[in-house]
Amino acid sequence: MSETPRLLVEPGRVVLSGSWTLAEMLPSLSRLQAGLAECSGDHWDLSAVTRLDSAAAVLLWRTWGAKWPAHLVAGELPRQVLTRVAELPREMPDSARPRLRFPEWVGMLVLKAAANLRGMIALFGQLLLDVGYLIRHPQDVPWKELTANVYKAGAQALAVTALVGFLIGVTISYLSALQLKSFGADLFIVNILGISIIRELGPVLVAVLVAGRSGSAMTAQIGVMRVTEEIDVLSTMGISRSIRVVLPKVFGLTVAMPLLVLWTSAVALLGGMLAALLQLDLSLVYFLDNLPRAVPVSNLIIGLSKGVVFGFVIAVVACHFGLHVKPNTESLSANTTSAVVTAITTVILFDAIFAVFTRQIGVPHL
Amino acid sequence: MSQPPVIELQNVCTSFRGKAVHKDLSLRVEEGQIVGLLGGSGSGKTTLLREILGLLKPSSGSVRLFGTDLNDPDVILQRNLRRRLGMLFQHGALFSALSVFDNIAFPLRELRCLDADWIRRLVHLKLAMVGLDATHGKLMPAELSGGMVKRVALARALALEPELLLLDEPTAGLDPDRSQNFVELVGDLQRELGLTVVMVTHDLNTLAGLASHVAVLADQHIIAFGPKAEVMTVDHPFVTGFFGADRRKLL
Repeated sequence: MSETPRLLVEPGRVVLSGSWTLAEMLPSLSRLQAGLAECSGDHWDLSAVTRLDSAAAVLLWRTWGAKWPAHLVAGELPRQVLTRVAELPREMPDSARPRLRFPEWVGMLVLKAAANLRGMIALFGQLLLDVGYLIRHPQDVPWKELTANVYKAGAQALAVTALVGFLIGVTISYLSALQLKSFGADLFIVNILGISIIRELGPVLVAVLVAGRSGSAMTAQIGVMRVTEEIDVLSTMGISRSIRVVLPKVFGLTVAMPLLVLWTSAVALLGGMLAALLQLDLSLVYFLDNLPRAVPVSNLIIGLSKGVVFGFVIAVVACHFGLHVKPNTESLSANTTSAVVTAITTVILFDAIFAVFTRQIGVPHL
Repeated sequence: MSQPPVIELQNVCTSFRGKAVHKDLSLRVEEGQIVGLLGGSGSGKTTLLREILGLLKPSSGSVRLFGTDLNDPDVILQRNLRRRLGMLFQHGALFSALSVFDNIAFPLRELRCLDADWIRRLVHLKLAMVGLDATHGKLMPAELSGGMVKRVALARALALEPELLLLDEPTAGLDPDRSQNFVELVGDLQRELGLTVVMVTHDLNTLAGLASHVAVLADQHIIAFGPKAEVMTVDHPFVTGFFGADRRKLL
């Protein structure tokens, strides 16, 4: 077994001996290759070779310039291996795929984006049709999946959203307090915190967290169900995949998001209040008393409606990308990434639309 | 010169959550043997293969390949040991992100010693060996049929010219013609390279055509191991059931 491959050049012929296998050749590969390159004779003696595997056969065949040497002495087995190499077609197609040029690449991205947009609109339409169907057939409503999704996307996210919300509240309050102190406008901390957190930060913060947490989970789950053909199993059983898989996720998140927004905004305000107490000596009672005055209730409604819209958007985007996973690991990871990135971008886009259309509403006039 | 056995399992015990899968299992496979591993479903055949591969550590007992303990802490030694064996997984386990060509070329490229032309020739050689065209090399695993996945997986397992080949249900899902080809292919390789093969199979034709030895796994250990003809005569409910009177004619 442990016979090293040896190469002996005698006058007029080349003698190979030992075990010519990939494993045995590896330690002295460069020496063997150099040695073989120098051999030019037409007489080759392979009779002392104990084993010859296809890697070695390819090496020899290349050395011979892809033709049989004039005089070859070899046992039957090495000859078989060599014959197999010799029978390979001379021209071998290159496995490299053609590279894309820049305009093609841009065009491909645009087409992909258009296809995704179309897919999401189609999914939205399918959901509307499903809702219509469920209104006519209320016994088919997947209550179990719906509540499970509210629990998974909502209840289980309470801790992380609270922690992040609290820390953001403390940070904003602390930084604003430093500025306000220098203007002597300490009391406006209530307005700043109230408006920014309830109207803007709460919903966006939760949306980003949920897109990373539940959105990616949805894409990965549906994606793996596609890879393992579970989605196809549902279809063969006559169960609509959009009613059973997509709809509960979308409506579960749409229900859970405003509740999460309310919860996170409350905790963030608590964090802000505590920081204000420590930094500006502003009592909690004063803060709570002045909050309704400084922040009209319409801000809360805007914040909660943002939560509804964001939740819906995140879930639709996540499900769309999940349903378009191709059955391989690369596509799964690419689509999960796209889902999270697209969800967050779309959320910010919708936030901007909200900001433009609600600019007259809920801003206190001093 | 006495060679250490290719595979040596001594008193291997395995249990999952208190449920014993293997109890005092010992097996010794010598170089050049083609061992068919038989056993009812759930008797721990795949578990045994995973232990031989070192993917699963038995609760107690030792596994030695080519005389080297799998628990040896030397990383280089372990890596070189792994290069001497090839495994065909039950469902192929191709890298789904790589094309067929790249799947087979992957272990060769990992050696970092071979040039691109050499690798390309070797990959096409392996493809031809398992009966696939060069054009199949561009396909992705998701585009292959079940039988093709198996053949590509075999080509990948053979890429490094292993001395020990482990096959988990190699012919399941192949049509009879293909599985006959497969049997001939592994038989040829065995003669040319002195391969040692351990295969889990339920296919009597494969077993008849290929195996030189048979190991029967039942009651949590190897109840019989030896040349095919000897094992058939063992008096055990599983063996008599498996090689029933009319099936014995096949072998």
